[in-house]
Amino acid sequence: MNPLAPRPRQARRPPQAPRPRQARRPSRARRLRRLPLNLAALAVLATAAFPVYWMVATAFKPTAEIQSATPTFLPLHPTLDHFATAVRAPGFGGYWRNSLLVTLGAVLLSLVVALLAAYAVGRLRWRGRRAFLLLVFTAQMAPWEALLIPMYVIARDTDMLDSLSMLTLVYFMTTLPFTIVTLRGFLAAVPAELEEAAQVDGCTRAAAFRRVTLPLLAPGLLATSLFGFITAWNEFAFANTLIIKNQDARTLPVWLSSFANVFGTDWGATMAAATLFMLPVLLVFLFLQNKVTTGMTAGAVKG
Amino acid sequence: MPTDAPPPLRTRIRPYLLIAPTLVGAAYLLLYPVARNLVISFQHFRMAELIRGGATFTGFDNYTELLTDPKFWTVTARTLGWTALNTLLITGLGTLVALMLVRLGRRMRLAVMSALVLVWATPVIAATTVFQWLFQSRFGVVNWALDQLGLHGYHDYAWFAHSGATFTVLVLLVVWQSVPFAALTLYGGLTTIPTELYESARIDGAGAWQTFRLVTVPVLRPLFALVTSLEVIWTFKCFAQIWVVSQGGPDGATTTLPVYAFQIAQNLHKYDLGSAASTLTVLILLAALVTTLRRMHRQEGAEA
Repeated sequence: MNPLAPRPRQARRPPQAPRPRQARRPSRARRLRRLPLNLAALAVLATAAFPVYWMVATAFKPTAEIQSATPTFLPLHPTLDHFATAVRAPGFGGYWRNSLLVTLGAVLLSLVVALLAAYAVGRLRWRGRRAFLLLVFTAQMAPWEALLIPMYVIARDTDMLDSLSMLTLVYFMTTLPFTIVTLRGFLAAVPAELEEAAQVDGCTRAAAFRRVTLPLLAPGLLATSLFGFITAWNEFAFANTLIIKNQDARTLPVWLSSFANVFGTDWGATMAAATLFMLPVLLVFLFLQNKVTTGMTAGAVKG
Repeated sequence: MPTDAPPPLRTRIRPYLLIAPTLVGAAYLLLYPVARNLVISFQHFRMAELIRGGATFTGFDNYTELLTDPKFWTVTARTLGWTALNTLLITGLGTLVALMLVRLGRRMRLAVMSALVLVWATPVIAATTVFQWLFQSRFGVVNWALDQLGLHGYHDYAWFAHSGATFTVLVLLVVWQSVPFAALTLYGGLTTIPTELYESARIDGAGAWQTFRLVTVPVLRPLFALVTSLEVIWTFKCFAQIWVVSQGGPDGATTTLPVYAFQIAQNLHKYDLGSAASTLTVLILLAALVTTLRRMHRQEGAEA
């Protein structure tokens, strides 16, 4: 998906309407004037949400209802059959595990490596800092898909073809640049003076960072890892190229795309599989959303 | 901590130790593949070389072969058109949605934003599969809706059998997926514009359009540049959606450069030509983004 992480957003000041308020009580005229705006908002809401709703709704419909000339907008007789088909499809559990291993491995690795680099860039002054940052920015725009062939050759030469560790390494590298950039943003929001004060009180530099800055950085770390998680969880092209012979090492996106081909006519099962595939992202998102927003607001206090 | 007068060696090399893992990773997983790609593009590198190794250099043969192939130019033109159309739609719609969000009441805004975030979080492959289902010929809800609206030509219409229709579905898919990022980023920017600017514009008698053009656009210009260049990169490189939906078909109508490079490499086993094609893809993208890169360089310089 959007492989490009947005920069940590600034605190949202309560958005101000360009026009000052005219009446305290929303008058009838005012409400009427706002009607087109609210209708437009509803249209955007519906357009955005409908495909996702349709996926989940189809997953719960019995096949007869899916294959009817007039679509039903609410599942009349909800069923879990399609989920059962998807879960029982050969290899499902294994692909699930592969995806989780690869994604978590890549996210953790890039978080640790990026934290070190972000600290160097954000807290220390050194020669080559600007060149390094430019390298990171450029890497963020790297055309990863153009590197499919050399990556395949490198994997072949190092006996890492069909291995999940190669995939983990690739995802680590694809998520690393934006992890550094976003962590640097979050780090800039934590006053360096706090760390210095801890050092004056007798902490070593590393201990000051670990005890003072790291806890304050936690929301930022979570937000950043969420972006990384989504990127790695979704990746298709490399998973499709680097895992060829060993079908057991496939990941969910590849499985889902082939599932849609194999079960081409079974739209219920395909949509159930897609829903299951999307589930962790949704859960992670719901779980982290609060923390992410707090992190962004906190991060912007310093500007 | 040691307290020698000149900074001790430990302090001086600390930053370099901290960035060392990043540099090692980038060297092995980014720079080396880029170099390797470049080398392959100057070699004879087909199936046999992939299995056994021992490729021979052939100079610019691959580039000559590509650049003299009219198909390459068709694909390049299509890629540029695809990128321009998508970027225009995404930035335009994103701006409209952002402007709408600013004016909405609190609850409605929250609802719309949640929906946008939901779309943003939807995995590419899941979204792609859903769009295949929405536009499915017999039971797809889009055909049903168009039929209900009186467009009976769309009864059982096979979207993925017609080149123009497949292209349209892909544009809709990519735009649907990308508008949330643009809208939310621009909305974030809009909320930072001080109200006073709008008030003085209003006192000076500016209309809605003038206010937008003279106040909003100049203030948000850097953000617009960022969003636009990110969307250019993203739609230009877009691969998974096209590959899963159409594999570049029907009749090559949706083959863009990344798909093209993948096809000649994976299907025809011409890895050398594929590498040359991806090198050219990168060069074209860099040329398109040279101003953005310059700006970033300047900004970092000012900050350092």
